[in-house]
Amino acid sequence: MIIRRPDPIPSSEITSEREYLGRRDFIRAAGLAAAAALAAPSALVACTERGESSGGDVDQTADDKPNSFEQITSYNNYYEFGTDKEDPKANSGAFKPLPWTVQVDGLCRKPGKYAFEDLLKPQQTVERVYRLRCVEAWSMVIPWQGIPLADMLRRFEPQPSAKYVAFTTVVRPSEMPGQRGGFQVLDWPYVEGLRMDEAMHPLTLMATGLYGKPLPNQNGAPIRLIVPWKYGFKGIKSIVRIAFVDRAPPTTWSLANPNEYGFYANVNPNVDHPRWTQASERRIGEFRRRPTLMFNGYADQVASMYAGMDLRANF
Amino acid sequence: MVRGATGLTDLGADPVRALEIRTGLWTLRFLAITLAVTPFRQLTGLGVLARYRRMFGLFTFFYACLHLSTWVGVDWFFDWHAMAGEIVKHKYILVGMATFLILTPLALTSTNGWVRRLGGRRWAALHRLIYVAAITGTVHYLWAVKKDTLFPLAYLATFLVLLGYRVVQLLRRRRARARVAGGSGAERARSAATG
Repeated sequence: MIIRRPDPIPSSEITSEREYLGRRDFIRAAGLAAAAALAAPSALVACTERGESSGGDVDQTADDKPNSFEQITSYNNYYEFGTDKEDPKANSGAFKPLPWTVQVDGLCRKPGKYAFEDLLKPQQTVERVYRLRCVEAWSMVIPWQGIPLADMLRRFEPQPSAKYVAFTTVVRPSEMPGQRGGFQVLDWPYVEGLRMDEAMHPLTLMATGLYGKPLPNQNGAPIRLIVPWKYGFKGIKSIVRIAFVDRAPPTTWSLANPNEYGFYANVNPNVDHPRWTQASERRIGEFRRRPTLMFNGYADQVASMYAGMDLRANF
Repeated sequence: MVRGATGLTDLGADPVRALEIRTGLWTLRFLAITLAVTPFRQLTGLGVLARYRRMFGLFTFFYACLHLSTWVGVDWFFDWHAMAGEIVKHKYILVGMATFLILTPLALTSTNGWVRRLGGRRWAALHRLIYVAAITGTVHYLWAVKKDTLFPLAYLATFLVLLGYRVVQLLRRRRARARVAGGSGAERARSAATG
């Protein structure tokens, strides 16, 4: 029987005082992780590669224990279903994620309307356990299933003039209570965007499931974006449109409040939000705050994309 | 808000945040109840309510204490350095702290002994600060939310109505007094008839 060791901790984290003082916890966690590996190997591995898309290793440290299904599905920001964290679970029962169609257009050679099944069929599903850091200074660890966005986008054959990818969420007031009524919190549809290199990055995922189940409605069924080094609001849910464009597309939160939310929204403990410190976060299920990592701990994989950029100006 | 009112039984996935939100909301609710006692008493003639005003005021302060101690002891776990940074950097926390500082002397001087020591008029003047606390407390709430400003604005409207009631009352009383003091006998008679 093979006992899987947890992924190695990158050298940058080995000697931190917190880590040193928490060595007993680490050993305990490593023991648990080894036990978990015997029970459910797929859940432990940060990044299981199948097929050709290569993700590189995700530096999942031993204390990144995935949150429970219950936590992940009962504490959500999905304003189309209401602004309280409990609202999406309570109010998304009427939402019908299938059948689903995604419209692909803009600067690509294969635009069109793609049925959800056709979108997924030719691709290999991968498993990714990612940290999710909300701009509100809380975080989770979530085992997603999905398709690397790069694999999906390549099928549409983007033209060289395509510099950005724009995403749009569905508008269905009849099924989404947050989109009805007199007091609308945001302008619908919710829109988001990525730079082309961010969209093509191997860590960027189009998620269709979590914990081996199809995405629950409150988590963005049937298909949503996951960009683990960015704040959670970049992870647009229930996507109905993907457009290749040549200019930075508008994004919902920066439209709503340009002083507080930028286009990039990279997790950065050194640039504070006016309301929430970004230097630390509370992992859901934990009592004490933990320091927030640059690029949410994915700096080794993504920092080079932003080399030379003023991250304070491009927040 | 309605669910929050059902109590502290189900704190959800982030109990620290839930505690902060609920204790904060109950502070504002009791503040509104405290301020509503006098208008309600005057409009209904239920003089007995006056006796409960101090108790509601102290409930307000009790929840403000719970709210602040959750932030200090649970959310930040006595990390004074980090908390100092939070107060300086985030204006909604600054205005929240100011609100607590306003409420503290009001709670301390709520006893009969302090009413006597300060004298009724000075005591009343000091305790008018509760209207300032109502507004700063609501601004704290308004600045803490992202875009869902409906409830903060509803609290603000409530406090403005309660404040407006007292202001109108004060102006009327002052005008009546001015009329009585400076007016002719005929005016005095008229004001007595209408007032």
